[in-house]
Amino acid sequence: MSASATGLRSWLTTTDHKRIGLLYFWTAFVFFLVGGLEALVIRAQLAGPNGTLVSAEAFNQLFTMHATTMVFLALMPLTAAFFNYIVPLQIGARDVAFPRLNAFSYWVFLLGGLFMNASFLFGAAPDGGWFGYANLTSKQYSPGLNIDFWLLGLQILGIASLAAGFNFIVTILNLRAPGLKMMRLPVFTWMVLVTQFLIITAFPVITVALVLLMFDRFFGTSFYLPAGGGNPVLWQHLFWIFGHPEVYILILPAMGIVSEVLPTFSRKPLFGYTVVVYSGVLIGFMGWGVWSHHMFSVGLGPIADSFFAATTLLIAIPTGVKIFNWIATLWGGQIRFAAAMKFALGFIAMFIIGGLSGVSHAAPPADLQQTDTYYVVAHIHYVLFGGTVFGLFAGMYYWWPKMTGRLLDERLGNWHFWLTFIGMNLAFFPMHFIGLLGMPRRIYTYGPELGVSTMNLVSTIGAFLIGIAALIFVYNMWRTRRHGAVAGDDPWGGATLEWSISSPPPPHNFDVIPTVASRLPRWSATQLKAIPEGAETAAPVHVPAGSWWPLIAASSLPIMATGAIGRMLPVVLAGVAILIVGIYRWAYEPFEA
Amino acid sequence: MTHATATANAMRPPFPTERGVEAYNTKLGMWVFLASEVMFFTGLIGSYIVLRFGAPGEWARPGIVLNIPVTAFNTFLLICSSVSMVKAYAAIADGNQKMLKVWFLLTILGGAMFVGVQIYEYLHLVHSGFVPSGVREGSELAERVANGTLPAATMGLYGSTFYTMTGFHGFHVTCGVVSMTYLFFRKVLPGKYTQQDYRGVEVVGLYWHFVDLVWIILFTIVYLI
Ligand SMILES: [Cu+2]
Repeated sequence: MSASATGLRSWLTTTDHKRIGLLYFWTAFVFFLVGGLEALVIRAQLAGPNGTLVSAEAFNQLFTMHATTMVFLALMPLTAAFFNYIVPLQIGARDVAFPRLNAFSYWVFLLGGLFMNASFLFGAAPDGGWFGYANLTSKQYSPGLNIDFWLLGLQILGIASLAAGFNFIVTILNLRAPGLKMMRLPVFTWMVLVTQFLIITAFPVITVALVLLMFDRFFGTSFYLPAGGGNPVLWQHLFWIFGHPEVYILILPAMGIVSEVLPTFSRKPLFGYTVVVYSGVLIGFMGWGVWSHHMFSVGLGPIADSFFAATTLLIAIPTGVKIFNWIATLWGGQIRFAAAMKFALGFIAMFIIGGLSGVSHAAPPADLQQTDTYYVVAHIHYVLFGGTVFGLFAGMYYWWPKMTGRLLDERLGNWHFWLTFIGMNLAFFPMHFIGLLGMPRRIYTYGPELGVSTMNLVSTIGAFLIGIAALIFVYNMWRTRRHGAVAGDDPWGGATLEWSISSPPPPHNFDVIPTVASRLPRWSATQLKAIPEGAETAAPVHVPAGSWWPLIAASSLPIMATGAIGRMLPVVLAGVAILIVGIYRWAYEPFEA
Repeated sequence: MTHATATANAMRPPFPTERGVEAYNTKLGMWVFLASEVMFFTGLIGSYIVLRFGAPGEWARPGIVLNIPVTAFNTFLLICSSVSMVKAYAAIADGNQKMLKVWFLLTILGGAMFVGVQIYEYLHLVHSGFVPSGVREGSELAERVANGTLPAATMGLYGSTFYTMTGFHGFHVTCGVVSMTYLFFRKVLPGKYTQQDYRGVEVVGLYWHFVDLVWIILFTIVYLI
């Protein structure tokens, strides 16, 4: 495939990490808008007491799909867009370790997302909540196809994340440029590495949980069915052993982005690089020992509750350490308030609030009051919207010029930031009080006598402000693709390797693989044996060729799932056959990499 | 000097050098993949432990439903195939193409026989009335439940966990047999592996030993305890 290949075919067969990154970005961004629309319908329903916009059944589908979409189809893949686009550039590599596996990950993600959302066509969108507690999900209580779509869709999406996880761990460990030692890696790449380790260890656990649920629903086993001797709490353990690391899978990449943006826009190296890296690693480890703080209301007993309360309080420490490091980075810096910087600062402020409310339900007695109320909803949105989404927006403004060659408009960016910032605080801050006053989450309406009508209205107004802000951002992306200022190689004066090549980079990224001698190669130019000016490519650069087989192999998974949904064994077997052929031809294919 | 270099080269793993950690991409990828596999089987085994200890009553005593001698033989087969895999690896490290072919083929046969015995076992068990949902009504085992030899309350869990755990393991063995067969015809027979580069043998070997190890754990906790 030549460098300038265009057209549909070149995108369907691409194995270029930059194109795959863009595919991830656009797909995930569309899902982000879909999930946002679902949220707006929810907020419209709750704007006043006794809302009648949607039925209770539709409301169940909306909140389940809002959360499932945001977690698995929007935020994780948006971080994956940056893993794909930026990590190989930051480590001075020409591609990822397994380019075709990378394409496979993307197609599986896309098709899994479409499969999950196809449930709407059957009026059977998942409706058991994003953590789908047993035994609500059993055949007895959920006889429809809703839960089948959910558990099959999530299994498909898990395969995408796992395959990407293997790929990026090998890429980061093995494809670093000469001299780029582990403790010279950019913090973003470091956080990606920790995230990928969490993915490859946490996703097998939810896969087990989903497989057992699938067997219960399809083959009459009784893992979660008390009537057959099973244990519904087992689901909660398995889900949250995955679920808490998943929180860090969502937040660590955002922390990495912020750790890149803050130094660049303060003209100062990150304060305490080593500490930031190690606290990130520590968070990764400790994230495994706190899962039952989601289960205090189960009644696991005082010893288990105390243990998980203590570990949960402890995990706030490395998180707090990072926050102090970020603030210290700002101290005395020449701060430029570009949109990327505003979102990074917004991240810190919002994440502190989300972190504090998180600590508040580390205490079991407090948690018993808060659990299953809007207080928890407020917490998770400060962490995942104020945290992850703000971090992602910071990354978008920061790396957009690298990915497209054009800068996003700063004036629109300013509007985008302030509307998002005000909107999110209006939307989510009142939820703390709504929850403490006793409004349970996931109930489709409420009565006026509960005394939360005004605050719900404020929350709804905030949500729609966020919606308007998102539209401004979309307009910004659309407008600047033609009219944006040309970025040049390095519009921000960044320190890391991605800024040493053109925007967007050529297919092979680096004409000459750079040799790195410091943590901030571009800020200590003498230490970067830089790419010689106008260097000609000495030998032909190996650029991976395109391949159809990742797409074909990936297509087998939704086919199998469709067969399972319709209880059609021949369709499942056809899917298996396609998968085998796909992998076989994939292995046969001469592929330059 | 030349001689010393040659010796040093012969002692190093003779694979094309890559940057990064001391493992080439596919080998490192396999290790990472196996790490996630460990978590998968840990999840299954952990669930088994939770379910069995939280079960409403006695668990069926070992050896009543499952045929331990047959499966012990099967375990022996799988361990043998792990040994022959080591032999295949050692053969090609010595540059011995002929013995590579012999040991590699024996490994495949061992794995295939394991799967065959497991299928036979499943057919036999289903015939006797042992199914994923427990015990089929009107079957031989149903009588045993009726006369109290088998505990009625936990047979559903017994069937659920048995078929799920051994089934997933069998699936892994099958995948191994299929990919080794592929490698055998594409790489081993045409003599594509050399003393300088036998990465495929090493990577599939890692997988194979892992599958073997998992089985030893499963055999112990599912059949013997
Ligand atoms: Cu948690």
